[in-house]
Amino acid sequence: MTDITVDRLPETKIGESYLDEGHSLASWLTTTDHKRIGILYALSITAFFFIGGAAIGLVRLELLEPHGLFLTDEEYNRLFTLHGIIMVWFFLVPSIPTTFGNFLLPMMIGAKDVAFPRLNLMSWYLFVIGATFTIITIIAGGVDTGWTFYTPLSTLYANGNVIAAAAGVFVVGFSSIATGINFIATTHMLRAPGMTWTRLPLFVWAIYATSVVMILATPVLAMSLLLVSVERWFGVPIFNPNNGGDPLLFQHLFWFYSHPAVYIMILPAMGVISEVFACFARRKVFGYTAMVYSLMSIAVIGFMVWGHHMFVAGQSPYANLVFSFLSFVVAVPSAIKVFNWVATLYGGQIVFKAPMLYAMGFLGLFTVGGLTGLFLASVPIDIHVTDTYFVVAHFHFIMVGGSVSAFFAALHFWWPKITGRLYPDYWARFGAITMFLGFNATFLPQFVMGYEGMPRRYHVYPEQFQVYHVISTAGTVLLAVAYILPLLYLGWSLLYGNRADRNPWHAAGLEWETLSPPPKENFERTPTVTSGPYSYGEDAEPQAHTA
Amino acid sequence: MNPFRFVSDVSHEAIVVDRLFFLLVGISVLIAGLVTALVVIFGVRYRKDSPAPRRALPQMLKNEVEIGWISATAFLFFFIFWWAAAGELSALTAPKNALDIHIVAKQWMWHAQQPNGIREINEIHAPINTPVRLVMTSQDVIHSMFLPALRIKQDVLPGRYTYLWFNAQKAGTYHLLCAEFCGTEHSRMTGRIVLMTQPEYSRWTETEAPTHGLAAQGETLFRSLGCSGCHGPNASVHAPDLDHLYGHRVQLSDGRVVTADEAYLRDSILQPRRDIVAGYKPLMPSFRGIVSEDDIVRLIAYLKSLSTKNVLNQQGERQ
Amino acid sequence: MSDAPALLHEPWPSVERQREGVSFGLWLFIATEILFFSGLFLGYTLYRNLYPDAFKIAARETEVFFGTLNTAILMTSSLTMAVAARGATRGFRKMTLWCLAVTITLGCTFLLCKGLEYHDDIDNRLVPGPDFKLKPPETQIFWAFYWVMTGIHAVHVTVGIGVVTTVTLLIYRRRIPLATAAVEAMALYWHLVDVIWIFLLPLLYLMGRS
Repeated sequence: MTDITVDRLPETKIGESYLDEGHSLASWLTTTDHKRIGILYALSITAFFFIGGAAIGLVRLELLEPHGLFLTDEEYNRLFTLHGIIMVWFFLVPSIPTTFGNFLLPMMIGAKDVAFPRLNLMSWYLFVIGATFTIITIIAGGVDTGWTFYTPLSTLYANGNVIAAAAGVFVVGFSSIATGINFIATTHMLRAPGMTWTRLPLFVWAIYATSVVMILATPVLAMSLLLVSVERWFGVPIFNPNNGGDPLLFQHLFWFYSHPAVYIMILPAMGVISEVFACFARRKVFGYTAMVYSLMSIAVIGFMVWGHHMFVAGQSPYANLVFSFLSFVVAVPSAIKVFNWVATLYGGQIVFKAPMLYAMGFLGLFTVGGLTGLFLASVPIDIHVTDTYFVVAHFHFIMVGGSVSAFFAALHFWWPKITGRLYPDYWARFGAITMFLGFNATFLPQFVMGYEGMPRRYHVYPEQFQVYHVISTAGTVLLAVAYILPLLYLGWSLLYGNRADRNPWHAAGLEWETLSPPPKENFERTPTVTSGPYSYGEDAEPQAHTA
Repeated sequence: MNPFRFVSDVSHEAIVVDRLFFLLVGISVLIAGLVTALVVIFGVRYRKDSPAPRRALPQMLKNEVEIGWISATAFLFFFIFWWAAAGELSALTAPKNALDIHIVAKQWMWHAQQPNGIREINEIHAPINTPVRLVMTSQDVIHSMFLPALRIKQDVLPGRYTYLWFNAQKAGTYHLLCAEFCGTEHSRMTGRIVLMTQPEYSRWTETEAPTHGLAAQGETLFRSLGCSGCHGPNASVHAPDLDHLYGHRVQLSDGRVVTADEAYLRDSILQPRRDIVAGYKPLMPSFRGIVSEDDIVRLIAYLKSLSTKNVLNQQGERQ
Repeated sequence: MSDAPALLHEPWPSVERQREGVSFGLWLFIATEILFFSGLFLGYTLYRNLYPDAFKIAARETEVFFGTLNTAILMTSSLTMAVAARGATRGFRKMTLWCLAVTITLGCTFLLCKGLEYHDDIDNRLVPGPDFKLKPPETQIFWAFYWVMTGIHAVHVTVGIGVVTTVTLLIYRRRIPLATAAVEAMALYWHLVDVIWIFLLPLLYLMGRS
């Protein structure tokens, strides 16, 4: 079997890097190059990541004392709401798809760009408009509904700027939809000759599955937030119980989006991990077909489990059982992925570079997050722990331990490709280990206090939980260090890092066949693909160089 | 006494939940341990340039491994589902003879009414070794009644009744929390549930009892709101008789048969035209906006007393 | 195909592939739109089942005259749009431009009728709130849905008119070729907006009169 083949022109004819296509601000703000749009997204979501992080930093400090330190109830509520809204919609949902998806998806399938480059740019501008609404919300004093916007609290009783916040999320939703449409169309229409569906890298499959969820779930969220805003603004009764409005209708609509949204956050992460494990274990991903089917079945079954957020909300107990069952069903493909990643390591030549450490961190944390998901899928346990710190810990294990770890794995894996520079691996590995430890210190105690009955979103709390909160806050400090550290060494790498060649990791995949950083049109000539992905391991030529 | 405990023996259900929880903890530790062990073993054995031999697995074996763990996980998960669901189903509905305590939640307090009319704020007294049912509604936003020691929780919704029941076996004072974010002072919407032995509870109800029980207050309302004008024994208007209504089946004009429970009575007061009793005209006006949730609680208590008065005077006197 | 170079945009290998791509992308967008409206339809269905009588009382107050007239207008505009889309691919420049112009006019007429209808509704005190004229209170939910559904639909029509006008002007000034994939995409969108109206008509106008 042969490697992925690329017909290469002589080096002299290669265009300059996409970064040198113009250095003015205007050249960036009007670009339709998917790589530059990926960078624009990366900068925007990084800013929001630190705003959202600062908000929760204050919350964690406040929780050092059972009766609070320096915030009022109202301020506390607004801070955790802000943290939720920003982290979910302005970091996690766009994180991997809009940055690495944008940058890599066309390159991985051998295309020059995404299918609709101008739509792609528009999606970033929609993100900016949505972000502006959110910034306005913050400046105007925030919002106090929790990121879930439950009615009738959000429509009739909340004091905050609900409409501005909802408008931000509404607009940023259309940015997701535009991105999703673009990725699906690109994957269908612009694959290079020979790039069949079964030769797609798993990252492409993951982004594809994510995009399907994005275009089908996001509009439902948009509609439910629109209805909340209309009711709040015009006093038109849609959810108002005084007019006979159903208090659960909003929750059904909201979770119909927001549960699949969890998969929007985790599926791309799974794609990243498959790429990184294969590269650093020098092995084909174990069970490619099973991996593809599990991605797609998670995406599909993910639409049918929203009711497990509502076991105590007042829906029928029989509905609870059905949703419970489906939640166990959706856990099966996730478990299979974990086993397949582990099996990928078997018989490999494993190198523990920084991306691999981040990916292994993902594996551990995602496993714990997934296993605690089984607790929550079991109705009797969920009744006790829902709306407690147990749930908080669970979804942070999936979204932060999972998605954010994978985001950092991707960042370190593709950094040389994106910037053309190498970073100091020692510091990166230090960062990966700090992140893993800090994360566990922050969130493991939350499982314990959650099961003991500490409700979430509590400003003041019974004193017996203080010890757990103190450990958790200490962990947050470690976590903050781990998040700020990459800013320093990656910033250093931009200025002083060694130049990266085409393929510093000796990885398989079309994106590694072109220059680092790639030229505007990605490839010197449209590549022709003759074999499946991950040509490592037993079938590959022995690697001449060390990674 | 520490009201939060990692293991609870306050009720049989709490013990069941804990048992299931620790079963899952065990399974999780096993699986996570397996994954960690494999990662560590593979990581060491197959580190780059290690001497361990790398033999390729035959394709056949690969498929068997894949199918093997797909079926193993599926089987394990369905087993957990079955175990959990069995626990859930057995505790689904409260026994018929449960003691009803009415709860009205509002920003940011819990308002409880004992069957004999005792009103409590942020506190619920209840007897042990007796099934107790909380009949709950909210005046404003969604709240959630959370009794961690009993391992139970139920959202409290505006505009409808939700129920929570327990049969405690250990007396003591435990936390009562609001678990659904409900606005500014959400974290202060807390209180306690006092579980007492039956004699203690009887003594407590006697010392605290107001002059008029809940049903008596409801009867007063029933007259002052004019309900008795149509539903009373001498009414000129043709309206359904409300004696022996609660808990019995009602034939509706559209052919449905419903049981007259709290939700039905509440709907009939607020949306009288929704469920018309067979053989009657839709004459009754809606009392939405006229009666408060507390009033509805009193009216329903009165209607309940009409259906049980020949057997037992009031539920509170059953003790 | 003298205008072929201007037709083809960056990532696409051929005009044909690009045309397929644009229409595929638009179908994906339509899937999104269907899910967007499905939230509304779900809410409507739920409340209608909860409060059938209130919904009947409320639905009797909608202006069936305007509803029917607007249906006819939109159906006709769909026809002219379809003709324009076909004409564009065949190279009938004049006919395409005329049909697009008629479509825009019909779209504006639709909005005008909608405006007149809204005016009547407001005069009839059918805006939910303290002055609302109907009872019981659940009738307000029907009217809330009426305003939101027709309002969002009207926004879609407005966006459609804007897009069609822009493309028509660009074709008229020969800034983009007649055979652009945009006409077909526009036509798909326009038909979608019409189909949504076909669903709104029975829910809002015919329901109370069966």
